[in-house]
Amino acid sequence: MATYLEFIQQNEERDGVRFSWNVWPSSRLEATRMVVPLACLLTPLKERPDLPPVQYEPVLCSRPTCKAVLNPLCQVDYRAKLWACNFCFQRNQFPPAYGGISEVNQPAELMPQFSTIEYMIQRGAQSPLIFLYVVDTCLEEDDLQALKESLQMSLSLLPPDALVGLITFGRMVQVHELSCEGISKSYVFRGTKDLTAKQIQDMLGLTKPAMPMQQARPPQPQEHPLVSSRFLQPIHKIDMNLTDLLGELQRDPWPVTQGKRPLRSTGVALSIAVGLLEGTFPNTGARIMLFTGGPPTQGPGMVVGDELKIPIRSWHDIEKDNARFMKKATKHYEMLANRTATNGHCIDIYACALDQTGLLEMKCCANLTGGHMVMGDSFNTSLFKQTFQRIFSKDFNGDFRMAFGATLEVKTSRELKIAGAIGPCVSLNVKGPCVSENELGVGGTSQWKICGLDPTSTLGIYFEVVNQHNSPIPQGGRGAIQFVTQYQHSSTQRRIRVTTIARNWADAQSQLRHIEAAFDQEAAAVLMARLGVFRAESEEGPDVLRWLDRQLIRLCQKFGQYNKEDPTSFRLSDSFSLYPQFMFHLRRSPFLQVFNNSPDESSYYRHHFARQDLTQSLIMIQPILYSYSFQGPPEPVLLDSSSILADRILLMDTFFQIVIYLGETIAQWRKAGYQDMAEYKNFKHLLQAPLDDAQEILQARFPMPRYINTEHGGSQARFLLSKVNPSQTHNNLYAWGQETGAPILTDDVSLQVFMDHLKKLAVSSAC
Amino acid sequence: MNVNQSAPPVPPFGQPQPIYPGYHQSSYGGQPGSTAPPTPYGAYNGPVPGYQQTPPQGMSRAPPSSGAPPASTAQAPCGPATYGQFGQGDVQNGPSSTVQVQRLPGSQPFGSPLAPVVSQPAVLQSYGPPPTSAQVTTQLAGMQISGAVAPAPPTSGMGYGPPTSLASASGSFPNSGLYGSYPQGQAPPIGQAQGYLGVQTPQRSAPSQASSFTPPASGGPRMPSVTGPLLPGQGFGGPPVSQPNHVSSPSPQALPPGTQMTGPPGPPPPMHSPQQPGYQLQQNGSFGPARGPQPNYGSPYPGAATFGSQPGPPQPLPPKRLDPDAIPSPIQVIEDDRNNRGTEPFVTGVRGQVPPLVTTNFLVKDQGNASPRYIRCTSYNIPCTSDMAKQAQVPLAAVIKPLARLPPEEASPYVVDHGESGPLRCNRCKAYMCPFMQFIEGGRRFQCCFCSCINDVPPQYFQHLDHTGKRVDAYDRPELSLGSYEFLATVDYCKVREGKLLLSFPSPFPSPPAFIFMIDVSYNAIRTGLVRLLCEELKSLLDFLPREGGAEESAIRVGFVTYNKVLHFYNVKSSLAQPQMMVVSDVADMFVPLLDGFLVNVIESRAVITSLLDQIPEMFADTRETETVFAPVIQAGMEALKAAECAGKLFLFHTSLPMAEAPGKLKNRDDRKLINTDKEKTLFQPQTGAYQTLAKECVAQGCCVDLFLFPNQYVDVATLSVVPQLTGGSVYKYACFQVENDQERFLSDLRRDVQKVVGFDAVMRVRTSTGIRAVDFFGAFYMSNTTDVELAGLDGDKTVTVEFKHDDRLNEESGALLQCALLYTSCAGQRRLRIHNLALNCCTQLADMYRNCETDTLINYMAKFAYRAVLNSPVKAVRDTLITQCAQILACYRKNCASPSSAGQLILPECMKLLPVYLNCVLKSDVLQPGAEVTTDDRAYVRQLVTSMDVAETNVFFYPRLLPLTKSPIESTTEPPAVRASEERLSNGDVYLLENGLNLFLWVGASVQQGVVQSLFSVSSFSQITSGLSVLPILDNPLSKKVRDLIDSLRAQRSRYMKLIVVKQEDKLEMLFKHFLVEDKSLSGGASYVDFLCHMHKEIRQLLS
Repeated sequence: MATYLEFIQQNEERDGVRFSWNVWPSSRLEATRMVVPLACLLTPLKERPDLPPVQYEPVLCSRPTCKAVLNPLCQVDYRAKLWACNFCFQRNQFPPAYGGISEVNQPAELMPQFSTIEYMIQRGAQSPLIFLYVVDTCLEEDDLQALKESLQMSLSLLPPDALVGLITFGRMVQVHELSCEGISKSYVFRGTKDLTAKQIQDMLGLTKPAMPMQQARPPQPQEHPLVSSRFLQPIHKIDMNLTDLLGELQRDPWPVTQGKRPLRSTGVALSIAVGLLEGTFPNTGARIMLFTGGPPTQGPGMVVGDELKIPIRSWHDIEKDNARFMKKATKHYEMLANRTATNGHCIDIYACALDQTGLLEMKCCANLTGGHMVMGDSFNTSLFKQTFQRIFSKDFNGDFRMAFGATLEVKTSRELKIAGAIGPCVSLNVKGPCVSENELGVGGTSQWKICGLDPTSTLGIYFEVVNQHNSPIPQGGRGAIQFVTQYQHSSTQRRIRVTTIARNWADAQSQLRHIEAAFDQEAAAVLMARLGVFRAESEEGPDVLRWLDRQLIRLCQKFGQYNKEDPTSFRLSDSFSLYPQFMFHLRRSPFLQVFNNSPDESSYYRHHFARQDLTQSLIMIQPILYSYSFQGPPEPVLLDSSSILADRILLMDTFFQIVIYLGETIAQWRKAGYQDMAEYKNFKHLLQAPLDDAQEILQARFPMPRYINTEHGGSQARFLLSKVNPSQTHNNLYAWGQETGAPILTDDVSLQVFMDHLKKLAVSSAC
Repeated sequence: MNVNQSAPPVPPFGQPQPIYPGYHQSSYGGQPGSTAPPTPYGAYNGPVPGYQQTPPQGMSRAPPSSGAPPASTAQAPCGPATYGQFGQGDVQNGPSSTVQVQRLPGSQPFGSPLAPVVSQPAVLQSYGPPPTSAQVTTQLAGMQISGAVAPAPPTSGMGYGPPTSLASASGSFPNSGLYGSYPQGQAPPIGQAQGYLGVQTPQRSAPSQASSFTPPASGGPRMPSVTGPLLPGQGFGGPPVSQPNHVSSPSPQALPPGTQMTGPPGPPPPMHSPQQPGYQLQQNGSFGPARGPQPNYGSPYPGAATFGSQPGPPQPLPPKRLDPDAIPSPIQVIEDDRNNRGTEPFVTGVRGQVPPLVTTNFLVKDQGNASPRYIRCTSYNIPCTSDMAKQAQVPLAAVIKPLARLPPEEASPYVVDHGESGPLRCNRCKAYMCPFMQFIEGGRRFQCCFCSCINDVPPQYFQHLDHTGKRVDAYDRPELSLGSYEFLATVDYCKVREGKLLLSFPSPFPSPPAFIFMIDVSYNAIRTGLVRLLCEELKSLLDFLPREGGAEESAIRVGFVTYNKVLHFYNVKSSLAQPQMMVVSDVADMFVPLLDGFLVNVIESRAVITSLLDQIPEMFADTRETETVFAPVIQAGMEALKAAECAGKLFLFHTSLPMAEAPGKLKNRDDRKLINTDKEKTLFQPQTGAYQTLAKECVAQGCCVDLFLFPNQYVDVATLSVVPQLTGGSVYKYACFQVENDQERFLSDLRRDVQKVVGFDAVMRVRTSTGIRAVDFFGAFYMSNTTDVELAGLDGDKTVTVEFKHDDRLNEESGALLQCALLYTSCAGQRRLRIHNLALNCCTQLADMYRNCETDTLINYMAKFAYRAVLNSPVKAVRDTLITQCAQILACYRKNCASPSSAGQLILPECMKLLPVYLNCVLKSDVLQPGAEVTTDDRAYVRQLVTSMDVAETNVFFYPRLLPLTKSPIESTTEPPAVRASEERLSNGDVYLLENGLNLFLWVGASVQQGVVQSLFSVSSFSQITSGLSVLPILDNPLSKKVRDLIDSLRAQRSRYMKLIVVKQEDKLEMLFKHFLVEDKSLSGGASYVDFLCHMHKEIRQLLS
């Protein structure tokens, strides 16, 4: 076992890949019976401090339909200077540069430890990074002030040659021209009118003037690049200007009557931002950063009317088909997102408001383009400020942790086909021999575009075994998959990262134990969860839950050890033991449960779930709970109501929230002020310990979690209480003994009940 | 008086004058003063026979007349000298006298000179001295132009000797008509030749006058004729003679008698040929009488010959038709009116008084009727029935200028505040309380004077009546004692606009208005330097925004927009360090990008505005954008006002045809081939309906648009001016604008336009007493229904002409009442009602109406009518309509009012004797008969200008003033007397100024003295004068100073700055100048005055037969 765990961990560290199965069933039929699909979580840009990029270009297989990259799995004939592609078996000549190749003189890409390798491409014009701020001015004064300061601060974080642009919006949309001196100039657009990209470019004067004058006019070849970038200027040139401009930003001046929402033209603002970049810098890394403090209330993409008495749609409204604007708005933003993705740009959404801001409708902008989505209560909170600052954090090389315009290409050996991907990507619609007809997630292609990604961006990629049962794979055969990610590094270089992995095939009938032992239940849980969440976007919640349940039951039936019709005999091997629990918490998670969440919150949670790596995803599914006490060092405890004890401090990390919860006694002590007494210094330390740990988490996490410090009986304790397994409730409180834990007032089933049912169903022959 | 019609007055004066007097008199009312009138004539006409006659009369009558004569002489001053020199003058007089004599012949028809007049006599008689009166009548009758020249010869002969006396009358006419000829007396002969003259003879009755004439004769030399000299061309003694002589002598005499014009006398036919012998115009006394010259037109020439022979001086005149001097002279009429009525204030207390002419300076005392500065009517005596009105064909119209500026001596209307209950009104017809309301039942009720409804007097307004039934407090309350006053409007009178945020602006009262300057910054505007000039000017001009009463600072806010094919708005909020520009390129769907900071208080935002105005020219200095938009600009301004919830005015500075892709996009559709086709009207119609729609929105918002155009080529004024036109705005056009040449004019117009007091968001309603009602409106405004004239903006220059029609019988007793109520927002944002009341008489005799008409007003109406008609009918049809109507008016008079006389006589009502000449001017105007050099844009421009002109403006616009500069002594400080707008009146040894309210020419004769050239132009000879010069050098000599002062004072009189153009005789620019000599045949085919008169006569005769 340990070996597999180590193997998995090593692979993850080296390649950024976690497979649900690490030994693959060798036939389609068997694979289907495994219930959990063959799939992997891929973190394309996983940070590899130990992996310096090589300064040359990859060698490609010469077969036009293959073009796989030379990798350690290839057979090489050093004498003939030939190599055989391990995907299509094409024999290729090495390029002249590889003339000196020999067994002892291998290029890096042939060495086994370089199963992941990064190439740096020198050719092609490098264009600077582009940051286009799209700023809502319908904010409260202090909110706007805070936002302005954050933006001004961000200027100092940008690379000096980056291009920046500014669009502000409220009732109108203003595109600020940054090149001018003296008078500040902006182009203004009506917030209610949808414009085509062409119109926008015409109106911004981005299209080439049709040479109106026949008179001799000295041709100015320099002119056009300048004209086209009037709105996007190098930061080092207009630093001061822009700082002043931001400083002078006023709240939207149009009067807002009582009982009305301010008119906010988010839809048009985004549309213009997209159109602007589309016209000027297509296929160059660019971030559109949308800062909004409320829902779009007019024009295309409006989410709610300006009458305050009509609240913004809730899940209830949506179920009742009562959300008037939702479909239209969603369509608008989807159209924008697709265009943006086509152009290789990404859209970030920073939404800070107490009420919903329309993330539900706008989510695709971030989801499809790999942009960030940040939700907060106000721009004047550290949550936003620090999150925003973290966007510009740098890695060990001093490079920004962001990459742009990536395309991910997946190649498989012929026994496998690609079923789809789930993550912040869009399909590039590249059909090929290795593309399956069955789709899981975004399928039907072997390439995806990921317009914005960072070292933690993770995609779930699903495969289908297509090998027929009657054509067995020779013993010791291995399946291979190659991931080729081309992207624009934040230093503006084009880079290509190639990861090639191989796994053993096994006959599921004779070697099921092997396969079982190589099951990665964590990866499987996350991959299944992604599928579930992906479905939940388009299907009714209960249907998704039923589907998940059925899959779980089938898995248990397949891999459990039991006697028929005897639930008590049911056992799961270690490699599956945690899986049902993950599923239990997943069912309760906000990714699948919309109760108590607004549509915006659901969108927000799902957004992050679909892009975080395995560790973070697991935290999201099953939050981590640490317990602090005088009894010893902090320890992880069960996420269970029984862990809530009076003399403990609990620290819960749900990814989105960090909750520190003081048990009843602790809270009383603190109230009594013991921590201030020298003789109770240890108490003070105890109180401090979780704070320090929380701080550590806060430092690393993006986006900044909501930080909650509460105590027994505190209103905010609900964050904790809603997460833990309700093993004690008002229903069974007295059955379980009063001494331990805290009862949760809920009708939800507890893990124990869930498991009982699961066992019963698994052993039942009816299914 | 009435009976006499115009005549009555006449008598006193001289008959000739009668006509004039007529006017005056009417105004004077019973005032015998009428005598005065004569004087004036004398004075002006002085030169002309007419005067002389007058003088005679005057003499006979009273000092005044006598005075007059002298006056005339006096006037002559300038001329006189000259004349004197000539001596010819005398001679001429002589001739003229002869002429007169001749006329006598003409008169023959009449019988004894007087006799002839007879018909008229009545009138005349009534006047004063019988003879005179007689003449007068004649005049009244209308000048008669008798074709019969025959008499002339004798006259001529006679002329000299005796004639004078007689001639005085007759002779004068002819002469005047002819250039030099007159003097020569030839004219007279002619006249005589024509039998008609004979007719005129009646005037001769003048004989008596003759005596008087004599004096005139002496006077004769006077200037008037002056022109004559110019004629040089004519063999006459040429210059000398002609000038003085002609005019003065002949005319005077002639006129009196003459009023009648002999048409192309039969005899001389050949000569007259041009003028059909057939017609013989006899104008009534009006013309003739007044100015002697008129009567005998044609004759003069022929006569001339004769004369020539006779008096040495006068040389034979080339044969010609009617003697221009014998036909009614606008100059004379104006001069007479000035003299007669310019001295005493016009008191408005009496119903139906005809006010002095617009060309006369007079003060007004409001005693219950609105000042003629506010309202002028075509007739102050309205026929009681529609049948009569139809018969007469005289349009019943009022020209209303509700916010007219007053001279400093006159107080602006009092503001009455009736508190929260608002102005007191009739419950039924909603008329406002006015002096004509009748209080009854001891003051507890009042009867509406318009609809007769009986209303209760609210308790707080109650007041006892005195024994005459008047309220005791009548004189304490402007609304009970004055013709014009204002009410403060209450909330009920404030417009609630769609979208008005009552919560944020709890007060329904309007916010102070705003001015938005919208500047074209396309290549053309930059290249000409316009933008720089404008921005520079605005910096200082913004200190002079109109303010209410004595307010310290103007309440008006300002905003700035520049544009080419996109719009740039500017945020000039006072808190900004730098202005901010906001570009709106979505011209298809215009909107206002900002609210706060766009419209600002000038004082608070001064620094930012200055910075903006400094930067605008720089920012666009390198522009290469040539395309512009137009409709979106207006739309933007309107939206801005809407957003700011106020009324206001847009100042648009635009250079080119808006061809950029946008609403209101226009194409070049200028096509001269359409002229004189049925499609010509399309040139006046807007290309697209979009502008009407836009204008409607503007009106709803109270957004007035003033447009300054700087075109290099066709810009389609017809379309671009739609919005200004419908919103009560003005259009200014500076073709081929160049800073060096046009800066002064543009800046001056701009200053005036920005500074002038203006009312916003106005609604005007004209109420009338039962029997007539307002049916048609002309002017710059919009109407959404048939009664309310909506004006987004209204300034003191804008005039609305209203036509009335009968819908019932009027009552002679109660007369007809008009009440014009204007609800508007003052420039400080105060809502007010301005009320003008006017009472008119009603008559059952057409003669009464004809005696109380005002030709200037009539022309104003007819011009506006015609200028609107061209939108829908072929121009030719419009002209024919005008001619027909005019003929009908005159024929009706002839048939119903004039005393029987030969059909060959042209008899014109005294009050309308200028109708033909003025109408001819209208017919020849660029709109109705374009010359080759007139562009489509010019025509459209003029068309819309005329639409809102007042009477004074149309008067001078259609009949330009031509002022000789070197005739009067340099010391004289008064404006030199004008001469008639005819080339014949120009002397090549003189310098003239011509102005028509839009243009100003300085014409320099080819043989002008070198000294004059030096003094004016600082060059040594005529040939060195730069033709087309637009500025006179500032030289320190009396002449230069005088001329420049005169130019300045002329400019000050007009609402638009007139750019000066120096024209040299025989230079190519002279063509342009000659276009304005409206009595001559025009190049485009417009008839000369004389020809037209003959034609008119023919028409009338046709109608009569």
